[in-house]
Amino acid sequence: MTDRKAFIYGINGPVVTVKNAPWLMMKEMVFVGDERLIGEVIAIHGDSTIIQVYEETSGVKIGEPVETTGAPMSVTLGPGLIGNIFDGIERPLRTIKDMSGAFISRGLRPDAVDMDKKWEVKITAQKGEEVTACAVIGEIQETSIIVNKVMLPPDVSGTIEEIVPSGSYTCKDVICKVKTADGEIKEIKLVQEWPIRTPRPNLKREPISVPLVTGQRVIDILFPLAKGGTAAIPGGFGTGKTMTQHQLAKWSDADIIIYIGCGERGNEMTQVLEDFSGLTDPKSGQPLMNRTLLIANTSNMPVAAREASIYTGITLAEYYRDMGYHVAIMADSTSRWAEALREISGRLEEMPAEEGFPAYLPSRLSEFYERAGYVKTLNGNEGSVTLIGAVSPQGGDFSEPVTQNTKRFTRCFWGLDKSLAYARHYPAINWLTSYSEYTDDLAPWYNENVSEEFLPARNEIVRILREESSLMDIVKLIGADVLPEDQKLVLEIARVIRIGILQQNAYHMNDTYVPLSKQFMMIKVVLYLYEKCRKLVAEEAIPVSLIRESGIFETVIKIKYDIENDKLEKFDDIFEKIDELEF
Amino acid sequence: MSIQYMGLQDLSGSLVVLEGIKGASFDEIAEITLDSGEKRTGRIIELNEEFAVVQVFEGTQGISLENTVTKLTGKPLMMPLSKEILGRTFDGIGRPMDGLGPVYYDKMMDINGKPMNPVAREYPRSFIQTGISAIDGLATLIKGQKLPIFSGNGMPHDNLAVQIATQARIADEEGQNFAIVFGAMGVSHDVANYFTSMFEQTGALNRSVMFINTSSDPVVERTLTPRCALTAAEYLAFEHNMHVLVILTDITSYCEALREISSSKQEIPSRKGYPGYLYSDLASLYERAGMIENSSGSVTQIPILTMPNDDITHPIPDLTGYITEGQIVLDRALSQKNIYPPVSVLPSLSRLMKDGIGEEYTTEDHPEVSNQLFSAYAKVQETRALASVIGEDELSETDKLYMKFGQEFENKFVGQGRSENRSIVQTMDIAWDLLRILPKSELDRISPEMLEKKY
Repeated sequence: MTDRKAFIYGINGPVVTVKNAPWLMMKEMVFVGDERLIGEVIAIHGDSTIIQVYEETSGVKIGEPVETTGAPMSVTLGPGLIGNIFDGIERPLRTIKDMSGAFISRGLRPDAVDMDKKWEVKITAQKGEEVTACAVIGEIQETSIIVNKVMLPPDVSGTIEEIVPSGSYTCKDVICKVKTADGEIKEIKLVQEWPIRTPRPNLKREPISVPLVTGQRVIDILFPLAKGGTAAIPGGFGTGKTMTQHQLAKWSDADIIIYIGCGERGNEMTQVLEDFSGLTDPKSGQPLMNRTLLIANTSNMPVAAREASIYTGITLAEYYRDMGYHVAIMADSTSRWAEALREISGRLEEMPAEEGFPAYLPSRLSEFYERAGYVKTLNGNEGSVTLIGAVSPQGGDFSEPVTQNTKRFTRCFWGLDKSLAYARHYPAINWLTSYSEYTDDLAPWYNENVSEEFLPARNEIVRILREESSLMDIVKLIGADVLPEDQKLVLEIARVIRIGILQQNAYHMNDTYVPLSKQFMMIKVVLYLYEKCRKLVAEEAIPVSLIRESGIFETVIKIKYDIENDKLEKFDDIFEKIDELEF
Repeated sequence: MSIQYMGLQDLSGSLVVLEGIKGASFDEIAEITLDSGEKRTGRIIELNEEFAVVQVFEGTQGISLENTVTKLTGKPLMMPLSKEILGRTFDGIGRPMDGLGPVYYDKMMDINGKPMNPVAREYPRSFIQTGISAIDGLATLIKGQKLPIFSGNGMPHDNLAVQIATQARIADEEGQNFAIVFGAMGVSHDVANYFTSMFEQTGALNRSVMFINTSSDPVVERTLTPRCALTAAEYLAFEHNMHVLVILTDITSYCEALREISSSKQEIPSRKGYPGYLYSDLASLYERAGMIENSSGSVTQIPILTMPNDDITHPIPDLTGYITEGQIVLDRALSQKNIYPPVSVLPSLSRLMKDGIGEEYTTEDHPEVSNQLFSAYAKVQETRALASVIGEDELSETDKLYMKFGQEFENKFVGQGRSENRSIVQTMDIAWDLLRILPKSELDRISPEMLEKKY
């Protein structure tokens, strides 16, 4: 097949046309030109085939060859991915740096994983064993946290004909031969390939039941996300999308984090690399990079590869999911991906729908978000892929097509708010416009693992914030002084909730990550305080201003800094102080 | 590459179509010679077996289907560079226009540049002191950052840019190895002259490189001007280890040029008629700021853009804000109150600030003080809104203090002289003077220990 060559007929930016090459398939990967740039077939019209090229096409000539590979755009899955940083089509950027220096050259195709590195493989299967698709046949300690399970590809099952003993092998070595039902012998290596646009199969989807604990109060308390769930973070520029994504990547209790910098800033990826190398995972005490995989297709890297980057990311996630891990993906930002779609669509002169975006934008978005889920894998493990997509709406306007369509396919919505960001209230998640549809699904888990009081307390917090917002409408017109005392108290308590609980300082040692147990104590204290003050105001007619002078509100606000995450007994003092309030 | 093609097949706007060409490559430069002997330069922007679309930089006036001879150079647009470019002035596509002759180059570089590998980047941390309190104190400029100024017509953004360029000092090295690259796109002659004469007056001219495309120059050239400027900047920074401050003005004209060309190519427009690739295109400029490993040089960018109708949600400022690392927003109301620089504090932001300030870089109280100033000034806005409804007299005592704080803050902290150069310590002292207007209990963003020390 590979000897059949087509030749370039036309070039328009990243879109290259080829004539008279009927053997080229849709979504097939091809090599374009003398420099063998990587491309993908995206349309076939009559005798012309249209290819999007994942690299800069400047300098490519008419008549240069286009080589077929006969396979769809795929990624390499194997040990050595974790801790590494890749571009949108899984080329390792560190290797590229060694090859071409500080600036990225074209036509480089290094292997995604080091094919010559020797891995210590512990074989767990035996000769003659019946193995299903995705069956685990060996284990490799990939990083200090992650054990890579050597699996059969999802499309291979049968009987093990031959298997090597435990020992050290490279990714090139055949470690196992499987005889399939129709008598074919398949060679299994430590690595496998999988097409990025095809979801890896699973046995069945399990119901959502476990939260992704993030240590961020506004999320865990008000708008929790579930393992296997989907969330959208929309926000105008400067509202802290990236900051929020970084916090989630650092602290959420997933086993593996895949961070996709899709069309964002180069310096941000550098920062993630630097920060994460210096931080330790709260669960294992190991460097955070040992459970993180980065995909960086920054805004100045070729636009077609940006389009591919989120598929690359999710395919890698599904690979680790199949090993039985809980993987969380942060995609920052899906708007840039949508814009890449729009750019390519424009070059193809397709009929645009809203704001120039192609009409297939919603279906592409839903396909992407549907790849999240909590599943039983083909090999019987349980794993999940959680998707958190940042959205950068034009002009901060949530009515634009990407935000609206994302809202339809995600069940958690953390709307970032400009005015909160201006007042440096971070995370600037607006508690009135955001929502989570997982609260009910997760109720049994919270009742069992935190406390039965947790959800009622959470609902009370939501109610107080709601009431504050309607009271603020009045205050804006006539000032706070004219309100009755009990309403003034609501405002005061809401302030304590806003500053003491919702605001969280990512740079403070005690505050950057807060375990659920402390979060629960914090809301309990606030509600206890509210109850006590309500009595004081109603029964003893103590004005709120007097209570304020006692400094109790400030004490409660400062709990987040003053009480260390592992010294929850200090809460007793606070309860005592509240009890002792007297006027 | 000596084949010459006689005549053209089609002409439209700045585009010409050539048929029957052989061995052409995408993005290469073509030289078009008119019968009169005049030479023009163009670039292949679309290519197939039958024809090539060439965009002519100088425009197509005077060109007919028959009066040209076209030659392909086989290369993309390259720029000759050497350290000699310092002190020189070039036109929008990098040809000397100061009458001092051509540049003797030691390197030719493709003006499109190549994307910087994120792995090879160095995360920017060093503080650049601009001497302007509103910037140093609240939206600190960091070496290797891209920090645009969002302005509007009639506001003093040019003065501000000149003041930053001439006062900028990198904390660790006293103005050593510091260069300015100035790229003007579609600005009026007056503005171009203002920059030249100001740089001359302050003695900055001999460490500057100027690229000037005025509003009467060809539109296509305008889209290349920032690329030439950034190529020169990258050359100085990464080949000669210099710290380069790039000022690009006006990004709005640049985007309008892109739109004009896009519509003449009959591309499908997205918002407000701008091409769908505006984001990627702007990113290909802005992302060329930064620092890389193994080089002590840096490229810091200050693009200036005028927001059409002062609308920050317009696609140009909006997309810019998503790419750059913060923004400095100028405000017309402040400008009308005669406050210079009229920096609108709340929407202004420097994303890299958090890692480049504090004890190690500026002063130990800087992070907390700036945080407090932001939150107090946000409160001032609320109080003002309330006062406009119920009248200032009805405000509570604390709110009245906030009103006073707001007034003083705008006048003393934000406002300063056009050549007043404040050190970061002076800036912090002013900040503390202002914070003392407010009662201690209101300063909830500053730790008790710091208050003890400074309040």
